Amino acid sequence: MKDFAYVSAQDVATAVRAIAEPGAKFLGGGTNLVDLMRQNIERPDTVIDITRLPLDRVEELPDGGVRIGALVRNSHLAAHRVIRTRYPMLAQAILTGASGQLRNMATVGGNVLQRTRCPYFADLAARCNKREPGAGCDAIGGFNRNAAIFGASDSCVATHPSDMCVALAALDATIELESVRGVRRLPLVGFHMLPGDSPQHETAIAADELITAIELPELPVAARSRYRKVRDRASYAFALVSVAAALEVRDGVITEARLALGGVAARPWRAHAAERALMGGPATEERFRLAADAELEGAVAQSQNAFKIELAGRAITATLRQLQVEGSAA
Amino acid sequence: MVDVRMRVNGSIEKLDLEPRVSLLDALREHLGLTGTKKGCDQGACGACTVLVDGERISSCLALAVQYADRDITTIEGVEDPIQQSFVRHDGFQCGYCTSGQICSAIGMLAEHAAGAPSAVTGHLAAEQIDLTPEEIRERMSGNLCRCGAYNGIVAAIQESSR
Ligand SMILES: Cc1cc2nc3c(=O)[nH]c(=O)nc-3n(C[C@H](O)[C@H](O)[C@H](O)COP(=O)(O)OP(=O)(O)OC[C@H]3O[C@@H](n4cnc5c(N)ncnc54)[C@H](O)[C@@H]3O)c2cc1C
Ligand code: SF4
Ligand code: FES
Ligand code: FES
Repeated sequence: MKDFAYVSAQDVATAVRAIAEPGAKFLGGGTNLVDLMRQNIERPDTVIDITRLPLDRVEELPDGGVRIGALVRNSHLAAHRVIRTRYPMLAQAILTGASGQLRNMATVGGNVLQRTRCPYFADLAARCNKREPGAGCDAIGGFNRNAAIFGASDSCVATHPSDMCVALAALDATIELESVRGVRRLPLVGFHMLPGDSPQHETAIAADELITAIELPELPVAARSRYRKVRDRASYAFALVSVAAALEVRDGVITEARLALGGVAARPWRAHAAERALMGGPATEERFRLAADAELEGAVAQSQNAFKIELAGRAITATLRQLQVEGSAA
Repeated sequence: MVDVRMRVNGSIEKLDLEPRVSLLDALREHLGLTGTKKGCDQGACGACTVLVDGERISSCLALAVQYADRDITTIEGVEDPIQQSFVRHDGFQCGYCTSGQICSAIGMLAEHAAGAPSAVTGHLAAEQIDLTPEEIRERMSGNLCRCGAYNGIVAAIQESSR
């Protein structure tokens, strides 16, 4: 690991001033950054430790929403009573990610900005447009079993690996950013960018911005929601495909649906087409499958990951079925 | 170089470290506490698990400077009946993963006692969650054992949770 200067920021003003210097990087839990620095993929000159910033609270807002400080640990967020009862899909999504040890370290802001797990991205001997624009992409035609089926390009087919973000996309969360220039808020849906011809541009954050908080809107339908993750082993593995879903059914008719997919794109994939196909329809197995197919119509496979398309169809259908069964039992 | 002061197993340690030194290397190479093991050095195995203010973390992905003024417990500072349970239930073969397993189990039992759910908890809102073998396996999934002593590990943890 390259040597660097270490600064511990005690307040937000100091942190955003420090990040404005070239070569500076924020350090949250370090579970992604330290790993990539050790492999010489990230080479900051200055590391600004933000874990002592007073952004570690989960607060219920007067308008019914919830504000989550960017430095809240993943494990603390998943264990929080408000999240477990009002947004269970978010607690479940976090709990399926990484391990107990890593969730104790990982922060909400770091989770949003974690880099892809494409094996070539972390391999300095491989060609990777994301790491070195213009170099080429060894995943296209190479090992791409876990590549994207939505929104990939000729430049990059990598996925965003976060589980938490899939639930945040389904919940219409907002990201709050702060810099010396001021504060701005962006919807999480769309915050992560599709690769196009510049896969090095991964999110809408500017180089000098700090994520200060994530906000969840009041969303009654989320009280009946689930996160289902399919992977190569039962735990401590990244998703092949995952589904965050919420469903409201009245008299057998779907009155509200939220659906997002993980492991399928460079962004947590909000499944708008499937949501539209569900709305107003009967809460039946056939309808669930129809909705899944409506979304997957746009899916495109790489050489090794065609299985993901059918897997996603089945995972969507199974998750909705489970929500429907639990709902009618309640 | 940065001056780092931390409490390790109850005693104050003062270290002069480059910021890039991991907590794992600080413990092993600078303090001679080699009970904490390096398996993968990338967060993927759990061998390096230590407790920080009672919470389990992977020390290989932790920069030591970031843990200044914190209270660190390594296997050398553990005195807990769970160690006897590991012996009684054959919770290890080669022993390489064991210090991580034990520190992780202590942290995990505290999380469970505080009411934290896991990915296999059926009813997330439940106040009390039964620590079944399935729950133990999920909550301990961050600790790999190359010898496959998992059945003994689960039995040892189950015994000490009662
Ligand atoms: C073995 C292993 C398995 C894993 N499995 C999973 C999994 O199954 N599912 C999953 O979702 N994740 C998984 N992860 C990834 C893990 O969730 C992320 O590493 C973690 O969430 C990152 O958070 P952090 O606080 O440690 O980030 P850091 O490593 O500290 O930072 C990550 C990036 O975000 C930037 N950053 C951090 N905080 C802020 C902020 N507030 N504002 C601006 N920039 C910021 C940093 O500069 C850095 O670029 C796994 C990781 C490992 C090592
Ligand atoms: S898929 Fe993207 S991240 Fe992977 S090698 Fe190609 S350019 Fe790099
Ligand atoms: S050595 Fe830290 S997790 Fe493997
Ligand atoms: S006892 Fe050998 S690795 Fe677990």
